[in-house]
Amino acid sequence: MLIRVKELSKSFRKLNVLKSVSVSFEANQCVAIIGPNGSGKTTFIKSVLGMVIPDGGEIIVNEKNIKNNFQYREGIGYMPQIGKYPENTTIGQLFGMIKDIRKQNEIALDEELIEAFHLPELYNKRMRTLSGGTRQKVSAALSFLFNPQIIILDEPTAGLDPLSAEILKDKIQQERKKNKLILITSHIMNDLDELSSHVMFMLDGNLKFFKTMEELKTETGEDRLGKAMAKLMKEQSN
Amino acid sequence: MVKIKGAFFLIFIFTLICFQSEGKQFIVSKTSHEFSSIKNALLKISAGDTIFVLSGIYHEYGLVIKVPITLIGNNFPVVDGDSHGQIFSIESDSVTVSGFVIQNTGFSAMNDWAGIRTQNVSVITIEGNKFLNCCYAIFLAGSKYCKVANNIIKGNPANQQLAGNGIHCWQSINCEIYNNEIAGQRDGIYFEFVQGSTISNNHSYENMRYGLHFMFNDNNRFVENLFENNGSGVAVMFSKNITMLNNVYRNNWGASAYGLLLKEINDSYVLYNHFEKNTAAVYMEGCNRIVFTRNDFLQNGWAIRVQASCMNNTIACNNFLGNTFDIATNGSLSLNIYSGNYWEQYEGYDLNKNGIGDIPFRPVSVFSMFSENMPESMVMMRSFCVTLLDKIEKVVPGVIPEDLIDNSPMMKKINNAYPGKGT
Amino acid sequence: MKLVKYILFDLVRSRFVLFYFLLLLLFTGTFVLLQDDVSKVQLSLLNIIILVIPLVSVIFATIHWYNSSEFIEVLLAQPISRKRIFISEFIALSLAVGGAFLLATGIPLLIFYPDTVSLLLMIGGFFLTIIFIALAFWSAVFTRDKAKGIGLSLVFWLYFSLIYDGLILMIMFNFSDYPIDKIVVALLSLNPVDVTRVMILMKMEMSAMLGYSGAVFTDFIGSNVGMIYSVVLLLIWSIIPFLWALRKFSKKDL
Repeated sequence: MLIRVKELSKSFRKLNVLKSVSVSFEANQCVAIIGPNGSGKTTFIKSVLGMVIPDGGEIIVNEKNIKNNFQYREGIGYMPQIGKYPENTTIGQLFGMIKDIRKQNEIALDEELIEAFHLPELYNKRMRTLSGGTRQKVSAALSFLFNPQIIILDEPTAGLDPLSAEILKDKIQQERKKNKLILITSHIMNDLDELSSHVMFMLDGNLKFFKTMEELKTETGEDRLGKAMAKLMKEQSN
Repeated sequence: MVKIKGAFFLIFIFTLICFQSEGKQFIVSKTSHEFSSIKNALLKISAGDTIFVLSGIYHEYGLVIKVPITLIGNNFPVVDGDSHGQIFSIESDSVTVSGFVIQNTGFSAMNDWAGIRTQNVSVITIEGNKFLNCCYAIFLAGSKYCKVANNIIKGNPANQQLAGNGIHCWQSINCEIYNNEIAGQRDGIYFEFVQGSTISNNHSYENMRYGLHFMFNDNNRFVENLFENNGSGVAVMFSKNITMLNNVYRNNWGASAYGLLLKEINDSYVLYNHFEKNTAAVYMEGCNRIVFTRNDFLQNGWAIRVQASCMNNTIACNNFLGNTFDIATNGSLSLNIYSGNYWEQYEGYDLNKNGIGDIPFRPVSVFSMFSENMPESMVMMRSFCVTLLDKIEKVVPGVIPEDLIDNSPMMKKINNAYPGKGT
Repeated sequence: MKLVKYILFDLVRSRFVLFYFLLLLLFTGTFVLLQDDVSKVQLSLLNIIILVIPLVSVIFATIHWYNSSEFIEVLLAQPISRKRIFISEFIALSLAVGGAFLLATGIPLLIFYPDTVSLLLMIGGFFLTIIFIALAFWSAVFTRDKAKGIGLSLVFWLYFSLIYDGLILMIMFNFSDYPIDKIVVALLSLNPVDVTRVMILMKMEMSAMLGYSGAVFTDFIGSNVGMIYSVVLLLIWSIIPFLWALRKFSKKDL
């Protein structure tokens, strides 16, 4: 089991954002984390990344409790929703810097995306001159760079042009086959439909369900994730 | 013919007097068989005689001059007291001592040993001598018509506890103290109960206490002296009718140093003086009717500190440049007049071009008011808060005495060079 | 230390640090060239050090923290501890802002007037820089809102350079009949700006003017023991806000 979350809870002031969420992810899964805005998706991801300190519960990554630990993040690649980087550095310097800071010589670097996005041609551009899309490409390339076993992607395809989005999706599928765990949040159901093996549905800080894609589609009788979810939501509100 | 006879008679009389006053001449020399010491010569002399002392070191002390004589050192003979006691004591009128190096009186807690002491005598001239390491160099007591000129006095600051004064003048009348150089004594010049005297062109510096210490002396003048680097500056106290003209007070810097400390001084003048880099250039307490005019105050901590006990003093036509505080007072009302001064800190304008600023200047800052009343608050000096308070007070006056104001501040620096020369 | 190197490179490249360096150089140059008197130069610089340096340090560090928040997020996704990120940011900023100060002010000052006061100006200026950087970090970690954070930093600056001294003056005013000099020393010790100001004043010619204000000041603060006391206070003052901010950052949700 790569990630085990037990009774995770978190509140910001009086607002309970996560209410005792328990879930486990294994290798060779691609989990779509779905839920309306404010349902706790991002807080959940950030808790796993150690950016949000939980109020209660525990998170075990690779059999290690992540509390007061940072080494476990060696095995995680993270692509944020909006990637902002030191304004005066160039792309080349940024990659150089992160490689330098992590200095993991033993692990072979995965520079496939850097090549696929033609980033080396932009190595001399400063971050402040980049468009949102290019920043996304940089973020994506970074998250796969160290060949991590767990990859967390927050709205990966938003802002990317269709061609680049396809490149990224291919990469995700390819990585999953290498016995990795991939967590994705997105509002684009079609993308998730293509990529995911599991669906984790969150609502008001609760984990509503965690199922395989097949189970979900069979239960709802729909063959598209979007329609399945819509149907579920309707049932929920009734 | 009678007239001519009378004239001849007069000439005869004059000649007689002249011959008499010239008297005999004695020569004291280390190699002489007759007089190898001054003491021996003094035993043989009579009124009107002259003793010439040739160069050499004479280990003598307790020399008493009892008749009117002239004592002249040739090539600066050294009279060394070897710390045994007083060197010369003048107990007769009309004595002149000049050209000696007088040194090592020794220091005693019981006696005020001096290089030269005069006691209740008149018409004494002490000129062109050097005094080294004397407790008191020159001690004039109850003396009249004395001239102390061109002497060099160097004390030894190592003897801080027992040191005496350079030129000590007590209960004397009509003395002239000029062109002396005094350093390293307790007080450079000390005046107590002295009348009608003039202190001029002296250079008094690096004395332990005051460059000039002046108490209970009415009707005196001090002119063109330079007082610098003295432990506490110059103190002038309990006197009236004093004229202080064209003196320089410089670098009297320290926690309790004043350029000029004035205490209970009435009806006096402070004219054309130059005050530079003193902690407090002028400190006044209980002073009345003093006129300060044409003085320069440069880069002092305080230019003038006026205690509330001062009344009817006039401060006019002075320059105030680069002082931390121009005027400080602890009173809530001002009974002194400030007019026509040049204040560097003045920021007014002169629309009618008459050289006088159109808006009045308030030379006191809130902070200086604070610190006069609460000395502890000095530690807040240079705080941004204090700067701001001063700016606010300039716009909306509230704390500063309303009548502490110069209604005609000058736009340009006044030329305060002394027009006359000499005394 | 690699992290420090990268943050420092980024800071040095930014125009602000260069601008700050040139501004200080201009100030110092003007003072040194236009005023012939040592103490005047040092007094003018004292004003800069107790007023401008805290202000610039606190504002710039706050803005810098907000501007680097996304970068910090990127770093946080890497296997790097929060402590290391925070310390690296602090060291880099101290080196950039404090270094600009030391180069622009210190070198001319030590060349033209190499004396104790110049040295103390350097020490004081550098300490105030890092103290206010730490306070700025605390403000920036305290609130997510950039405007509020800058506001909070300004409050810190205003409090230490203005309000606190006003309060001391008020206490002096109300208790002037009592021997309050020891209390005043204690109160001054609680404000790094006052500690710096008094420490430097005590070694200047001006300290003679404080002679009237009581022996505690001249005999204690003015002495060598007092100097060591002041420097130790400044050291404590740099450590406490730093640890305070670090603790807050370690527990913060990002």
